[in-house]
Amino acid sequence: MIDFPWLTLTIWLPIFGGIGVLVSGDKTDRKSGPEFTKRLALGVAVATFLVSLPLWFGFDASQAGMQFVEHAPWVPSFDVYYFLGVDGISMPLIILTTFITIFVVVAGWDVISYRPSLYMAAFLIMEGVMVGVFSALDAILFYVFWEAMLIPMFIVIGIWGGPNRVYATIKFFLYTFFGSVFMLVALIYMYFQSGSFSILDYHALALGMKAQILIFIAFLLAFAVKVPMFPVHTWLPDAHVEAPTGGSVILAAIMLKIGGYGFLRFSLPITPDASAALDGLMIALSLIAIVYIGFVALVQKDMKKLIAYSSIAHMGFVTLGFFLVFSIFRQPEVSTGAVMGIEGGMVQMISHGFISGALFLCVGVLYDRLHSREIADYGGVINVMPWFGGFVVFFAMANAGLPGTSGFVGELMVILASFRADFWYAFLAATTLILAAAFTLWMVKRVIFGEVGNDRVAGLKDLNRRETFNLGMLAAAVLAIGLWPKPLIDVMEPTIENLVAQIQISKLPGNDPALANQPEVPLKP
Amino acid sequence: MIALSDYLLLAGLMFAIAVAGIFINRKNVIILLMCIELMLLAVNINFVAFSHFLGDTAGQVFVFFILTVAAAEAAIGLAILVILFRGRQTINVDELDLLKG
Amino acid sequence: MAFLYLLIVLAPLAGAIGAGFFSARLGRVGAHRMTILGVGISCALSLAVLAGFIWGDLKVFNDSIYTWMIADGIRFEIGFLVDRLTALMMATVTFVSFMVHIYTIGYMADDEHNWPQGSLAGKHSYQRFFSYISLFTFSMLMLVMSNNFIQLFFGWEAVGLVSYLLIGFWATRESAVYANLKAFLVNRVGDFGFILGIAAVGMYFNSMNYSEVFAQAPQFADTQVAILGGVSLMTLICILLFIGAMGKSAQVPLHVWLPDSMEGPTPISALIHAATMVTAGIFMVARMSPLYELSTTALSFVLIIGAVTAFFMGLIGLVQNDIKRVVAYSTLSQLGYMVAALGASAYAAGIFHLMTHAFFKALLFLAAGSVIIAMHHDQDIRNMGGLWKKMPITWLTALVGSLALIAFPGFSGFFSKDAIIEAVGHSQVFGAHFAWILLTVGALVTALYSFRMYYLVFHGKPRMDEHTRSHLHETPWVVTGPLIALAIPSIFIGWFTVEPLLVSNWLGDAIHVAHEHDSLHALAEHWHGQMAFIEHGMHGWPFLLAMSGLGLATLIWWFGVKLMPNLDALLQRAGGPLTRILQDKYGFDDFNQRVFAGGGLGLGRLFWNAGDQVLIDGAVVNGSARSVGRLAGQVRWLQSGLLYHYAMAMIVGLVGLLTLYVVF
Repeated sequence: MIDFPWLTLTIWLPIFGGIGVLVSGDKTDRKSGPEFTKRLALGVAVATFLVSLPLWFGFDASQAGMQFVEHAPWVPSFDVYYFLGVDGISMPLIILTTFITIFVVVAGWDVISYRPSLYMAAFLIMEGVMVGVFSALDAILFYVFWEAMLIPMFIVIGIWGGPNRVYATIKFFLYTFFGSVFMLVALIYMYFQSGSFSILDYHALALGMKAQILIFIAFLLAFAVKVPMFPVHTWLPDAHVEAPTGGSVILAAIMLKIGGYGFLRFSLPITPDASAALDGLMIALSLIAIVYIGFVALVQKDMKKLIAYSSIAHMGFVTLGFFLVFSIFRQPEVSTGAVMGIEGGMVQMISHGFISGALFLCVGVLYDRLHSREIADYGGVINVMPWFGGFVVFFAMANAGLPGTSGFVGELMVILASFRADFWYAFLAATTLILAAAFTLWMVKRVIFGEVGNDRVAGLKDLNRRETFNLGMLAAAVLAIGLWPKPLIDVMEPTIENLVAQIQISKLPGNDPALANQPEVPLKP
Repeated sequence: MIALSDYLLLAGLMFAIAVAGIFINRKNVIILLMCIELMLLAVNINFVAFSHFLGDTAGQVFVFFILTVAAAEAAIGLAILVILFRGRQTINVDELDLLKG
Repeated sequence: MAFLYLLIVLAPLAGAIGAGFFSARLGRVGAHRMTILGVGISCALSLAVLAGFIWGDLKVFNDSIYTWMIADGIRFEIGFLVDRLTALMMATVTFVSFMVHIYTIGYMADDEHNWPQGSLAGKHSYQRFFSYISLFTFSMLMLVMSNNFIQLFFGWEAVGLVSYLLIGFWATRESAVYANLKAFLVNRVGDFGFILGIAAVGMYFNSMNYSEVFAQAPQFADTQVAILGGVSLMTLICILLFIGAMGKSAQVPLHVWLPDSMEGPTPISALIHAATMVTAGIFMVARMSPLYELSTTALSFVLIIGAVTAFFMGLIGLVQNDIKRVVAYSTLSQLGYMVAALGASAYAAGIFHLMTHAFFKALLFLAAGSVIIAMHHDQDIRNMGGLWKKMPITWLTALVGSLALIAFPGFSGFFSKDAIIEAVGHSQVFGAHFAWILLTVGALVTALYSFRMYYLVFHGKPRMDEHTRSHLHETPWVVTGPLIALAIPSIFIGWFTVEPLLVSNWLGDAIHVAHEHDSLHALAEHWHGQMAFIEHGMHGWPFLLAMSGLGLATLIWWFGVKLMPNLDALLQRAGGPLTRILQDKYGFDDFNQRVFAGGGLGLGRLFWNAGDQVLIDGAVVNGSARSVGRLAGQVRWLQSGLLYHYAMAMIVGLVGLLTLYVVF
């Protein structure tokens, strides 16, 4: 069971499946027209999800090291290997990816009329590539997946996007590309230092302070854009507004998580001293994201923009949780809290994947019917779509962090951890309780409640079977994590404890003996 | 006895003629193609001359490769030319300024 | 026992899920039967648990049901703590809820008329309403039965959610959806403090479990936290937690949502916004008494907030003309009394008043609802009058409720309110004198607004239009039944429970009072039975003021209005600026609307326009794109597109390079 290359299968099944979907084409004159294509795509998505499940069930939650490791030569002359593996940080994100993709395929079913095969194929290939990003342990492999991920998204926004899609696509591409180039430089620098492209070797690499700072900034440019952190966030609202529903869902639910994942996989363990030196900056940016973006979200007139800004604010919680670690270390008597902060950030990422995905699907439901995302074009939707209204209220509450939904778990953990670091961090972070409720529920009030806004709203039809399935499944996931987060936390705990232990040890060259004593991350075949 | 310098001089002259042809000619793309061929021939002469005087046959082998490439190039170039003419009804070099910034 | 307690909690949840998701299949009767059965089971078992504590020797139950998560060494568990305090709350909550369920059958009978024609949202609204109130019962039980802070917060927010859903139940009414958003956001301001308080607890105690936290609390009594120049840890935790209570229990200045919440249907005004949910804050503080006892600063903060709420909110009740709003302001005022009791460390008295208030305030609200049904949903007391003849049961039960509210001797409210005022009188914390004066004068105000409403509604000449008057009749038994069932405890419960609760310390370990704060001990020491207590009370200021208020109200709104029908309006006009201040509710709403709502939006617009659009996108992102564009525009002329220019450039370059190479 464990020896079987499940990771490879999870990466390449959707990629080749996507190519298959593309080849099957969408000629309507053939019997196996678009309907067949869509079914094939759904089949591939479901199969990928099933294939990814062994990663969860076969995962040994008691140990921190890499599991399901696959190691094969790729370009041996440059020391580049096809090196895969997952730990408690990446595994939940992989399951999230394969889970969300199913709904993206289903959501595009009736809506995408122009070249559905290309649309579905893009998402399936993107799925495989994103799983690759999460599981790659070789820097070059990681970088290849990292950049490859942009292409399908570029295509999706560029072809099926809204009227201003060209601006949005270029902005999206240049922004993210700008950041990642610096990351490549850092990766190559570390190759010359360590003689290996293995990320695990980078973790053990001793680096001077100056090098660490430069590497940290290079990574920061790549990941901060992806997350996105203030002030490099402005591509996200534009990309979301122009992207088709499926694109928005993937963008919010998974792509943003790759930035957060990068911080955990690269920045913190490779440059702990630089992270400790610059953590004030990171916390400041995170808190700005929470408060400033909360206010910005309040005045948005476009539903998708509002949810996009809400995503930025919520991702601020993620980065806040990650970088609290150092100020907790500096507290005199406090010993715990660091693990809680990082775990909180992780849970927030997973939860935000479900909630923001669901909210974008909700906006998609309305957009498919009226072709407008303006809040002012709606009003009193509950009169004609009561079930839809119920779902929107549920997800809005989850977005506002209501206990019992997954949105609460991460927020609680980060607020607890930030209280350990500094009262005022917690104070500012907790304003999200008010701000998130204000912007989300105010939107709900204007869109869902009240009297029927206009004649076009009066003609709306309630959810169809597919939409109900999508929102229902996501609601179930949100509730499940909210009511019982223990399994998720248990999976992450050993990995994150190990990570915290690792970043507590300085990697400056003077401290080499300490480095030597550092627990070697065991490889589990 | 013909010295190496004579060959090189000849090749240089041919190359110079070809270069002059490229930027003095403003009328016909075909002439441009011919000039490029001429450049390659000039290089070939250099190769052969050096090969002879250095006693290394590798240079002559290279000439064969270059000839082949040149032939292929000419074929493709003419094909492009035909398509260009179909599209724009002209092969006047002065009018082919699509790359203008 | 865990199974029993689980059943108490889950029975209403099952009813809620059934009625909510299978509304079409169950139909109206099926839905209300199912939810009433659920709450009935819960109520019967809760009463049995309470009986077990009173007459039996039921042990305190404190155990977890399941582990929610374990993070960083802290266990977050979902579990129940059932002691006497909890049992009392469970019985009160489920009993009132049970009554309200039955009442709802009558009140919501023709809810279709409240929805716009053809609105699908109104479809099955009857079943949905039952689902919501059952869900509320579940949430409230989770809150009171919790043995840890996380579940407390879950219940806290879940009742907030249901309150949001129910205030906005008539989702097509602009005023209702405005009120529910306001209620949720104001509560969120409170929760903001609450979660910080929980975080503080988690940080210092490394546990979320009440008993573990309380056991450790004395060790931290002298701990200082370096915030704003040093605050005692206990004061910080208690005030942060109390900010949550201020939101939920509608204390000044976070009270603004409660009057607006009257937009919801009356049964939930009775259940949620009078009897149970709003008392969650009082329950929470009583539950946290081991923490509050360690900070006198927090206690006097609580005391002063409570007393201010009790007095000033009662005054507003005098100028309200909407029958539900009068009762709503009286609720605010009574909540202030309870909070003041907590501030005086008289937790038992606070809980006592919470219980008696739950009965008589639910009664008053349901009676108001009964009147509203009879008046065809006209809620203006200026249009009522003389209803006593047409609605005898409603009239008598409302009279009982009003007498209990003004603390008429012998009624349940008398015991609890008198005990509170007495306890505050004995309290030594800062501000106790001030609070005592406010609360005592508050008794006068209470009598005035209660009987103003009572006389205007039930006595005097009928002022409604002809059509309404001809259709006036007593409401059906599903409405009057709960009124009677609530009227009985409103009269008697105080008599029977005052001794165990206040004197013989029946609550036992559930609350903890430090010896030097014990303001009820005087009452306990001089206890000579209920009659003596009543007699003693009749020599006190509160009684005198309440009775003079009652007399004054009778004089003005009964005899006076008989002679001069527009006396009420005249009085209000005579009040001049004072009336205006009261009608503006001291300007809280305007202030919030301008400063917080307007300021928030203004700040958002500023950030959005100046920050995101101009500075980041305009100057940096598109600015760099533009400068690249400008540079490219400068050099584009080099790109003629003509082959021979490029060849020329190449040759010139080659020659240049060669020259460089040869010469140097």
